[in-house]
Amino acid sequence: MMHPFEFKIMTTGLIMTVALFLAGCQALNPKPDTSLYQQLGERKGIADVVEDLLYLIVEDKRINQQFKGMDVVQFHRNLTDQLCELSGGPCTYTGRDMRELHAAMAITDTQLNALAENLILAMEDNDIPISAQNRLIKQLLPLYPDIRNL
Amino acid sequence: MSKWPLVSLVAAVLAAPAVIADIGSRIWATGGVTSIEGSAGGGLVPWALLGSYASDEEWGGTLAISRAVTDDYSLSVIGAGLNWNNRIEVTVAQQTLDLDSLVFTLKDGFGLEQDELRQDIFGAKVRLTGDVLYSPWGQWSAGLQHKRLRNFTVPEAIGARDDSGTDVYFSGSKLFFAALMDRNLLVNLTARGTRANQGGLLGFGGDRNNRYEWMMEGSAGLFLDRQCLVGAEYRQKPDNLGFAAENDWWDLFVAWVPDRRLAITAALVNLGDVATLEDQQGLYLSFQGSF
Repeated sequence: MMHPFEFKIMTTGLIMTVALFLAGCQALNPKPDTSLYQQLGERKGIADVVEDLLYLIVEDKRINQQFKGMDVVQFHRNLTDQLCELSGGPCTYTGRDMRELHAAMAITDTQLNALAENLILAMEDNDIPISAQNRLIKQLLPLYPDIRNL
Repeated sequence: MSKWPLVSLVAAVLAAPAVIADIGSRIWATGGVTSIEGSAGGGLVPWALLGSYASDEEWGGTLAISRAVTDDYSLSVIGAGLNWNNRIEVTVAQQTLDLDSLVFTLKDGFGLEQDELRQDIFGAKVRLTGDVLYSPWGQWSAGLQHKRLRNFTVPEAIGARDDSGTDVYFSGSKLFFAALMDRNLLVNLTARGTRANQGGLLGFGGDRNNRYEWMMEGSAGLFLDRQCLVGAEYRQKPDNLGFAAENDWWDLFVAWVPDRRLAITAALVNLGDVATLEDQQGLYLSFQGSF
């Protein structure tokens, strides 16, 4: 039977080893992965996708009322910056906190699915490769609870 | 129940998209397809996904016809399903198994004149929690399949105890985005409590075992793009009858979903030994219309 104190030292040692190992890997790979950003066509490509997305939203009666009265130019800039940043590009999202922004909107799954569909269609219209579409959506997934206010 | 009214209904649904204005909002192919027991899933295995494209404020429905032809049998299935708010799925299916070669075994061995077995399946599935796309832990559902054989003579003669039974199952499904070669990977795991012999077509319970057993079923598929899913399924089976050993089932499938209204599934199926006839391999083809 191992003494609890011995066990604690061993565990601490193990955690430190793993931490050092991870830090080493990070040091070997200091640059952020920008391949997704490149695949999306950099900021210009992302801006084109967002523009097409806006046209699709306006025509989509499932969600267009949620966007009524918003500043289109500001929305375009903020979402472009956000997707640029999430894809590893040199941008910073300067819009409001996502949870705070969506708190009063009571967005349903139906509306979120409609938005996701329009984003995919906008990416298809701009010939974004499937691999990049999938990688971008993967980066967006952590926003789901904030947007749905869960 | 003739299959032609259903076929014409499917055709009408597909031909008249303008009449049925709003199909559900869920993302393409997230309704799965209609399994051989009517529940949304793959071909052989029910998944945690609910049929059609109804999202949380919508209704949706599906109609499907399927056929599997193996060395010595052919199975035809017609099915229909309704989905309320992506919360509850209700399905009906009718399976007809043409016995083909087994007719002679039955006649010589048991003196029975029977060329087909037919069963009705009434299914219900509830999405308990999560969303297959958006939840990190995936989507989890529980379901029932109540099965009633139309004619019990053959199953009874070979040792089955009951002409009806109810399977219960718990299922989890999760889509992993950009998981393999930056393609999306769909993984499903189902645990089924059952007494059914060959899915129920050979009755329920038997001389070797008459109790419920938990069977594991699983599948994985890779979306090559948003219309095309390729994958495999595995379904563990009970072995209740002394008359003939029952094997696990598996298949390799391709599902093509060109549009939310249509899904076409083709598969190579391996049903193992079925009622003394060995190594049943064949082709499966299924058409599903959604509205």
